[in-house]
Amino acid sequence: MKQKISFNLNGKAISLETEPDRPLLWVLRNDLKLTGTKFGCGQGYCGACTVLVDDEPVRSCQFEVGRVNNRKVLTIEGLARGEKLHPLQEAFLKHEAFQCGFCTSGMILEALALLQKNPRPDRELILRALEDHLCRCGAHQRVVQAVETAAGNIRGGR
Amino acid sequence: MSQTNKWEEAEVRKNSSILEIASSAEGTLTRRDFLKLTGSGILITFLVGDPDNLLSLGQRQERPRENPEDFNAYLLVKEDGRIACFSGKVELGQGIKTSLAQILTEELDVSVEMVDMVLGDTALCPWDMGTFGSRTIKYFGPALRQAAAEAKAVLLELAAEKLAVPVDSLSAENGVIFDRNQPSRRVSYAELTQGKRIERHLTPKPTPKPVASHRIAGKPFPRVDAKEKVTGKAVYAGDVFLPGMLYARILRPPAHGAKLKSLDLEEVKTIPEVRVIQDGDLVAVLHPTFDGASAALEKIKAEFDLPEVKLTDENIHQHLEAMAPAGNVVDQRGNLEEGEKVARQTLEAVYFNPYVAHAPIETHTALVAIEKEEVKVWASTQRPFGVQSEVADVLGVPTNRVRVYPVYVGGGFGGKNRNRQAVEAARLAKLVGKPVMVVWTREEEFFYDTFMPAAVVKVRAGLDGSNRVIFWDYTVYWAGDRSSQMFYEIPHCRVVSRGGWSGSVKGHLFEVGPWRAPGSNTNVFARESHLDSLAAACGQDPLEFRLRHLAGNQRMQKVLRKAAEEFGWKPARTPSGRGFGLSCADYLGTYVAAMVEIDLDQETGEIKVKRMVGVQDMGEVINPEGAKEQIEGCLMMGLGYALAEEIHFRGGRILDLNFDRYEIPRFSWLPEIKAFVIDNPEMPPQGGGEPAIINVGGACANALFDLTGVRLNRLPLNRQRVLQALREKRQG
Repeated sequence: MKQKISFNLNGKAISLETEPDRPLLWVLRNDLKLTGTKFGCGQGYCGACTVLVDDEPVRSCQFEVGRVNNRKVLTIEGLARGEKLHPLQEAFLKHEAFQCGFCTSGMILEALALLQKNPRPDRELILRALEDHLCRCGAHQRVVQAVETAAGNIRGGR
Repeated sequence: MSQTNKWEEAEVRKNSSILEIASSAEGTLTRRDFLKLTGSGILITFLVGDPDNLLSLGQRQERPRENPEDFNAYLLVKEDGRIACFSGKVELGQGIKTSLAQILTEELDVSVEMVDMVLGDTALCPWDMGTFGSRTIKYFGPALRQAAAEAKAVLLELAAEKLAVPVDSLSAENGVIFDRNQPSRRVSYAELTQGKRIERHLTPKPTPKPVASHRIAGKPFPRVDAKEKVTGKAVYAGDVFLPGMLYARILRPPAHGAKLKSLDLEEVKTIPEVRVIQDGDLVAVLHPTFDGASAALEKIKAEFDLPEVKLTDENIHQHLEAMAPAGNVVDQRGNLEEGEKVARQTLEAVYFNPYVAHAPIETHTALVAIEKEEVKVWASTQRPFGVQSEVADVLGVPTNRVRVYPVYVGGGFGGKNRNRQAVEAARLAKLVGKPVMVVWTREEEFFYDTFMPAAVVKVRAGLDGSNRVIFWDYTVYWAGDRSSQMFYEIPHCRVVSRGGWSGSVKGHLFEVGPWRAPGSNTNVFARESHLDSLAAACGQDPLEFRLRHLAGNQRMQKVLRKAAEEFGWKPARTPSGRGFGLSCADYLGTYVAAMVEIDLDQETGEIKVKRMVGVQDMGEVINPEGAKEQIEGCLMMGLGYALAEEIHFRGGRILDLNFDRYEIPRFSWLPEIKAFVIDNPEMPPQGGGEPAIINVGGACANALFDLTGVRLNRLPLNRQRVLQALREKRQG
């Protein structure tokens, strides 16, 4: 049965009519055409579909869209302010912390959730936060460096 | 012969240039087409590779369609002064969009914003075999540089005429040509090209800028795809939408070789908005959303007859060995019998590796729309022109009616040379009369992956009285000969290859294919493990032992010495208890060495790689930062096949279908990785996307031996194997 689902998406209030048990991932991609969130494994193992719901990272392929009713959803598309990139995006760009780019959105959002909770994560914490994000190109070292740089810049008010 | 088979045959042909291969397949664009397409400006057409090869082969082969024979890439200085380059290559994450743009900015003195790289659009780009084998910069780079130099020469001639100044006194900067003696006399590329149509074909070679004067190429250069990729705006095949399009989910057998026994579509046919298609072997459900199609698929009731299970990952190697063809001699010198006579000590071993998956994070994806004038295709592929002809074949339309549009690809590693998903989308688009998107699930991705083949290597080698390797008798089964050639100085040597890595081979139950540096991961693991065993057998440091057999090979010596210096390698006989391992190799002209230090959890058997150093001599380097990224990525990815990755199967049933069972490297595995590129500008650029991965298996196995005295001849070096070997050693 379709239901009306209202939520805040990337800072804007939206509502849509759909079955509440559909995966958030495919509502984002198919219904809302927000394709920055990627499908990688469909079982919550790879992290490519990670978005933030009320600042918490969730695997959107496993998360029913009905659960975001009256909540706040952030996807990669909501991170930059116009042309101004978020410090995490700047840092990924600076360190070239990706190759094919397919896992990048999920990693950036996971890192954002980490930094919101802990502005001074040590390397161990960063590794743990990203543990269930898979990257096949092997950009891991640069990803960690990017998160460290971003943490410093955010603390420094940049 | 199908396009795919042709491609494979071409790919395995030893030392074949990209052009020989280009000529073996049918092309799509005629010279007339190009003239129509390109409009005004300066057009430089050029040929990648050796033209003699193209012509001689071209004469032999039947050419079903008109296709330019004298060029396979082109460069355009457009009326607005922008530079556009068209190539059938694809950006897979390896960074070629950046390094090719970098070459153009250097030669043409423009900013990167002025360059449009058009990659993999089959309507705009000349035919290209595909993006694999670390070939893009090696073969395409020098040709592109020549073409850019030619364009620059034309621009300078035009400017000299316009400004009435001799060419010698002109310079260019940022898309403007000026008189050095009177800098106010200047003219932009746009002013020079406006309304003109100048065609040049590159034959007598203009001289590109000498390497020493390069300001841009050879220096780190920011990735041109960076901003799109960090903002989620980069468009991959699955991100394209067309009005009315449907997502398809296809009924799959539970095992390769299974036959459909019964099928009940009654329930699924009652679901609103779902289209059900049954066409021969193809049973699919379609819905406007991916999740809708997936839910419908679960309502299909199907039973399959399964073939008898005879082969598993446990007994596959014996089977493959028995099935191997006679093979061919790859390398031969001296006389093995002589060597055997002189040898004081002989070592024999058999090395194994399992099937390994590509596992790119983006699964195979394609969207096909059949329109009146054109069949439009967006596909995650390493071979856009392969997709084009395969889609044309299945639809029964001329190849040039199909256009494959460019998209970013979410990792390939060799696995996206196969385009089954595009053929499926095309068949379904025709059957339903609407655009159809096929996105493979992770389970489909593992099931239909063209794995790195399971392979066997047998080596017998001997040391003479002065602890030199006197003979080397080497046979590789089913991995092909790449990197098996013996570069150590050994007087009596024979290398035989029995069965390649490519194609549907009788010995395998499922398809195998190229996996990042195909064959080399197998060959280098075996050779470098055996070399280490020989060094240990005569009590010598593994590095010094290798250097003694490389007296005439300055280039490899340099790579090894650089690795040793950066790693801090101190000579010691193994096992030293330190956990140091090294490996070096030649990958199609690129020299690589790696050194690793490992730790071992004695309880679990888990190997933890603490640090890795990778050194690469790839001739002239276009983008050093990009090259380092490839080395780092290779070393990290390589930990997977070295330590954990293995496809388990029972007959045609694949047991590892998602990342819960199939382990790939994670953040917790991350060692300290240091990558170095040797500056060797005198040598033309060689490939860089694959070479560094081939050392990881051997270096890790050697480090395990150095730490524990345990020699494992079977990849991956997983926990169970390590534990078992340690136990056996303790029990003596």
